[in-house]
Amino acid sequence: MLNPVNLLRQLGSRMVEGIWRLGYATRFFGAVLLNSGAALRRYPLTLREIYFSGVLSLIIIMVSGLFVGLVLGLQGYEILQRYGSAEQLGTMVALSLLRELGPVVAALLFASRAGSAITAEIGLMKATEQLKAMDMMAVDPVARVVVPRFWGGVIAMPILATLFSAMGIFGGWLIGVVAIGVDDGSFWSQMQASVEFGHDVWNGLVKSFVFGAAVALIAVFEGYDSEPTAEGVSRAITRTVVTSALAILALDFVLTSFMFRGTS
Amino acid sequence: MLDDALVHVENLRFDYGGKPVLQGINMRIPRGKVVAIMGGSGCGKTTLLRCIGGQLRPTGGKIVVDGQTVSTMNQSGIYAMRRRMGMLFQFGALFTDMSVFENVAFPLREHTDLPESLIRDLVLMKLQAVGLRGARDLMPNSLSGGMARRVALARAVALDPSLIMYDEPFTGLDPISLGVIGQLIRRLNDALGATSIMVTHDVQESLLIVDYIFFISEGKVVAEGTPDEIRHSSDPFVHQFVHAEADGPVPFHIKATPIMDDLFGGRHA
Amino acid sequence: MSRTTLDLWVGFFVAIGIAALLFLALKVGSFSGVQMEQTYQLQAKFDNIGGLKVKGPVKSAGVVVGRVTDIRFDPDTYEAVVVLAIDSRFTFPKDTFASIYTSGLLGDQYVGLEPGGDERKLAAGDTVFKTQSAVVLEKLVSQFLFNKAAEGQDQK
Repeated sequence: MLNPVNLLRQLGSRMVEGIWRLGYATRFFGAVLLNSGAALRRYPLTLREIYFSGVLSLIIIMVSGLFVGLVLGLQGYEILQRYGSAEQLGTMVALSLLRELGPVVAALLFASRAGSAITAEIGLMKATEQLKAMDMMAVDPVARVVVPRFWGGVIAMPILATLFSAMGIFGGWLIGVVAIGVDDGSFWSQMQASVEFGHDVWNGLVKSFVFGAAVALIAVFEGYDSEPTAEGVSRAITRTVVTSALAILALDFVLTSFMFRGTS
Repeated sequence: MLDDALVHVENLRFDYGGKPVLQGINMRIPRGKVVAIMGGSGCGKTTLLRCIGGQLRPTGGKIVVDGQTVSTMNQSGIYAMRRRMGMLFQFGALFTDMSVFENVAFPLREHTDLPESLIRDLVLMKLQAVGLRGARDLMPNSLSGGMARRVALARAVALDPSLIMYDEPFTGLDPISLGVIGQLIRRLNDALGATSIMVTHDVQESLLIVDYIFFISEGKVVAEGTPDEIRHSSDPFVHQFVHAEADGPVPFHIKATPIMDDLFGGRHA
Repeated sequence: MSRTTLDLWVGFFVAIGIAALLFLALKVGSFSGVQMEQTYQLQAKFDNIGGLKVKGPVKSAGVVVGRVTDIRFDPDTYEAVVVLAIDSRFTFPKDTFASIYTSGLLGDQYVGLEPGGDERKLAAGDTVFKTQSAVVLEKLVSQFLFNKAAEGQDQK
């Protein structure tokens, strides 16, 4: 079993397989974009998917945002008061949320809540031959099923991340100002002085848009590419969550190094 | 005679992963008839149906449907052709996120600009034809297997196709539902003036309703004929199939070394 | 689900999204970077800029009036050339004094402009001649110690 030649061969075939899938995924992405025009003209379908991936994720996103804000408030105060700058709490909470935690945590939650649902839905449609049936009715399943789900996710994600950040800042305010007693005025004014809309808020939005596109693409691809069995679908769901999480964190590093390098 | 046949299949070959599945199929399917394609599991009959519908591209040979060559068409040509085809999948393949009504309305909404009132009338007529007008508001997961298949049938004929294909329409049905589906296939075909191709291994039900039967084994047509000819066929394969005998040209045992060698081979050594 | 209810939910979703964005824009952030679309450039030469960085603020009387857009080293005079983009709503006299300050004890450094009394105004591309370099903490400390030591010797 531990024959080095075999091991090497397995490694090689894994890599070839991976590159194969990457190429297929790229071609699939192209097909999604090509079919976007026609599908977006039928916006009720996309609206439906915004409902499923956006509205149904509202509760988890807002509650998580609130808790993350509460924790940030507590930890931030604990650290900042050592340096006698507790009034900077607002700045710390707002910047951490807007730049990193809002887009990243919201995207991770989105991947496990909406992304897995999208994969499951498309995978089951494939397993029960619904996609083939649609294709036989001369309706392209990519345009009818995949594209609305992709754009639904892309549109919902920045809205969810924005809500997450807003709820988090509210949570930080609850802990910092209401519970601990940091001065309300300096909490907001320090925050306003160092948070810039064009830089911090906008870059956070761009991040969440990119994450949304990545998660939505991974989710629809894994569903569409899943093996048409119950087992295959459950494996595809796992892959969606794992691949999305990795993609989000890797993209976050790339985007951050472009956006926030060397500037305050 | 080319004009009285809707579907021509000439020397069709199909390989899957280097393994030949279909090896030179020839058949003519006349207009207005219900034709069954039979054979054991894995003999390539579903593959044949997929090739006729343009979902699989054959490795060699030619398929002509209504004067057009399917095997050389591009995607938009195939989609144009499929608007005149209906297909019933093995387990119905109803859209699980839509009601019965919306399922039947789906092809109409996708391919026509008919006003809502007209779509409603058409859908109710199709559902009436399969006896399920009262089930229009149900969701597919609350339907029995037979009912789901009837809804799928109504959906397949929603656009009044000239060619209807059935992939194993009888699988997993109780005898009553089975009879109902069989009768519906025959009645709808005659009422619409369509042509039907049915892939199945249910011999008894098929013999009652079809006009012509092709037997396929190992990727080739091994026998064909009308139900009467088939019933009285002396061909050993057909005889085995029709009378459901365990052993015959299709052997009971998979090829293996003689059992004595297997059982006692070890001791001889 | 009928389409009208769905529309209502999606509408609600988008509306609270916009509300959250407005909250971030108005209550959390400031638009200082966005407002200054019309700017003109001034140059200022310093012996030492300390920790001043590109995009750092330019303030006059404590109000942000511009940004640092470029910092270069002049190989002839061995001075730092700082390019300032000033909001074109504001003009400053020719004898304006540019200094590098630190906000708070350990905060970021910024360029402060103190207007003089000259009638003529600085125009785009002009150079501010009267400058004062950044205070380098180490220098200050060593100066302080040196003075103390000198005092001690005097008292002897």
